[in-house]
Amino acid sequence: MADPLLTVQNLRVDFDGVTVVDGISFTIGRGECLALVGESGSGKSVTSRSLVGLTGTGARVQVDRLDFDGEDLTRLSQRRWRRVRGARIGFVLQDALSSLDGLRPIGREVAEPLALHTRLTRTARQRRVVELLASVGVPEPEVRARQYPYQLSGGLRQRALIASAIACAPRLLIADEPTTALDATVQAQVLALLETLKTSDGGMLVVSHDLAVVARLADRIAVMRDGVIVEQGPTAQVLGDPRHDYTRALLAAVPGTRPKGTRLSAVPVASEPAAGDTATSASGDGRSPAGDVVEARGLTKSFLGPDGVRRTVVSDVSFTLGQGRTLGIVGESGSGKTTTARMVLGVEQPDAGEVRLHGRDWAGLGQAERRRERRRLQVIYQDPLSSFDPRYTVERVIGEALGVIGHPRGAARRDRTVELLEQVGLDAGYLGRRPLEMSGGQRQRVAIARALAPEPEVIVCDEPVSALDVSVQAQVLDLLADLQQRLGVSYLFISHDLGVIHHVSDQVLVMKDGSVVEAGDTAQIFERPQHAYTRALLAAVPRLHPTSSI
Amino acid sequence: MTALDVPVAAVPTATSPTARRRRSRRRAIRPGVALAAVFLVLLVVAALVPEWLAPQDPLALSPDGAFLPPGPGHLLGTDQTGRDVLSRIIHGARPTLILGLGATALAVTGGTLLGLLAGIGGRFVEGTLMRLVDVALAVPDLLLALVVITLVGTGTSNVLFAVAFASVPYYARIVRAQVHVVRRATYVEAATTLGLSRSAVIARHVLPNALKPLVVLATIRIGDAIANGASLSFLGLGTPPPAAEWGSMLSTGIQYISNDWFMLAVPGLAITLTVLAVTVVGRDLRRRSEGRAS
Repeated sequence: MADPLLTVQNLRVDFDGVTVVDGISFTIGRGECLALVGESGSGKSVTSRSLVGLTGTGARVQVDRLDFDGEDLTRLSQRRWRRVRGARIGFVLQDALSSLDGLRPIGREVAEPLALHTRLTRTARQRRVVELLASVGVPEPEVRARQYPYQLSGGLRQRALIASAIACAPRLLIADEPTTALDATVQAQVLALLETLKTSDGGMLVVSHDLAVVARLADRIAVMRDGVIVEQGPTAQVLGDPRHDYTRALLAAVPGTRPKGTRLSAVPVASEPAAGDTATSASGDGRSPAGDVVEARGLTKSFLGPDGVRRTVVSDVSFTLGQGRTLGIVGESGSGKTTTARMVLGVEQPDAGEVRLHGRDWAGLGQAERRRERRRLQVIYQDPLSSFDPRYTVERVIGEALGVIGHPRGAARRDRTVELLEQVGLDAGYLGRRPLEMSGGQRQRVAIARALAPEPEVIVCDEPVSALDVSVQAQVLDLLADLQQRLGVSYLFISHDLGVIHHVSDQVLVMKDGSVVEAGDTAQIFERPQHAYTRALLAAVPRLHPTSSI
Repeated sequence: MTALDVPVAAVPTATSPTARRRRSRRRAIRPGVALAAVFLVLLVVAALVPEWLAPQDPLALSPDGAFLPPGPGHLLGTDQTGRDVLSRIIHGARPTLILGLGATALAVTGGTLLGLLAGIGGRFVEGTLMRLVDVALAVPDLLLALVVITLVGTGTSNVLFAVAFASVPYYARIVRAQVHVVRRATYVEAATTLGLSRSAVIARHVLPNALKPLVVLATIRIGDAIANGASLSFLGLGTPPPAAEWGSMLSTGIQYISNDWFMLAVPGLAITLTVLAVTVVGRDLRRRSEGRAS
């Protein structure tokens, strides 16, 4: 590659004196796809934005060399920049819903770069828009072009965004987390689409936190951490033979390839159980299966939509959850998995069917009776921050949960709170903190501590790690496994991520459109899927190594 | 592609929320706001200990010194019975503030109860209450207060009650809307799954979080309460004559507008400045609270 398409040398970006990107260099050759991989805050998005001169206000960008297609971009005026942006460098943004103008049909969005950068007439532009939408796999492009973003699914929106990015046939296409918000099967389709867009003389830069996603697209991978590139090399080498510790940790943290019982994070996170920790072990010693804790039979729920049409969200779902076991529910958005969990929790009443707790009716209980039993079923949400009263400190959050089981106020409660915090790998220093001032992983730990406080038998985990970085996700998954081992608590674990489900579950329920399409032991589901949908779902998972059976 | 202008969100470090708060706290105080705040401080001092500020007894008659223009002995002149206008204005601060704060406190309480009832009550309760609130909002505040006065009679406390009654709908509406938002919050559901009773969830989580925007609305509406109270006094429905009260001073002043316009201008200006100062400070508080995440 004598003449790379893009050369970046010593790029530095500061925000208010805080260095976010600290002197990184890379090149993208013609016909090559480079992936920039890193966790949140690593500076990968800022890097991609600085390449199109859009770092945002307050940013100071310095670069020794920034050559694109034989032109020195550092010398460009704002005016000339606009001619590069959109025309010769296409940019696909992360969140398709907020990146598309909600008040314009997507056809006009796609036509905009054409109007700016080409001399096509209005009718020619419209023809081209339809062609573009068709080329990115939008069905009925003539109809879709007249629709607004809110009328389209996430996958179609992402396709529309890609169409507008490639409208002027750019030499370089930058995609910032192009599939992050998408369901597994849709993600696979968008990745396949991006693959077809790789041309022999153009380049592509993909930014993602997900190694598995980029493994499929990229020719080379650059791993970023804290604003520097820690490792750079051909995809096969970075994934197969990582040189840097951080890359190795990232790879190890991917749960997809590890069955239950293996650790994901390098360092053990949970502290030893404190002395006198007897209260929590009351619910059983370890993993001896002592019968079924939760039994759901024929759960059905429908909701009245805003258009007056009644939609069945969950239809005839049955399962059992054994003590100290984990039942994973996997499905794409809208499959009814969260509604199922809410019926088990007792915050949603089933239209039909029953939930039994230790063989006793649970869903049919009256409000007051159920309230007394609620502590036996606790919940961890996807977004822990919104599950805490914004005015509360960590001490009050956990103290409230302790108060519910009649724990006396004062020093004893405080001691127990600290004990719970230590169980989840935090310490007394967090008592006075507000969740707002904590990181995502720390918040989720507090949420777990709160869920443990009433000494529950079952914890419903609703996408508990979906918002976390992969290394933090690994720590939280390990923590949950440790706690199950020690306390014998059962998990009803909901996730859209097959890798996570595979890692945590003893049994798996695959849901689609409100129904269970397949259920069984984890190994059986993942190795010998019976249903076509399960097979499609498994096939859609991006893999690190082509050979591994997820 | 306007979304590109959004500052990169992935950047902030772990300390940024606190840093942002520190910055908003340090935000410069506008001169107008500072002036309004100084005025309010003076007003509070006048209400608490008027004798410190007032040069003379506000009720001391001096028949031969009536209608004096502003001068060395009487900085703001005297009224028709020779009482010192400045002293009367200073002594008038207390009833004015009591009315403003009292009526607002009463209205906030009533509005919160109504709004909460509408927010957590069933469809029927909510529908009935909110239609009543709509009707009340359609009638001008002062008119509503006048209707109440005709029902309960005149007098200082009745004016306070009438003014409070007229602003209840504003608070009820905002509390109801907030309750609707908060009761669907995940933390409310989380509290329910812990096994807290419905009333405990409402008392601990729904109500405190629903009241947050109310604080700001209340500070702004204190000014409205003062103006409405003064209007009722002006009509002779409030505090009976000898006492120093801005609204009644205004109404006395208007009778002598041809020979002593100062008697009218001074209480009028006092009311205007007070309402203005309260509103300016209230808006500034709102501006500051909006920058924060919680």
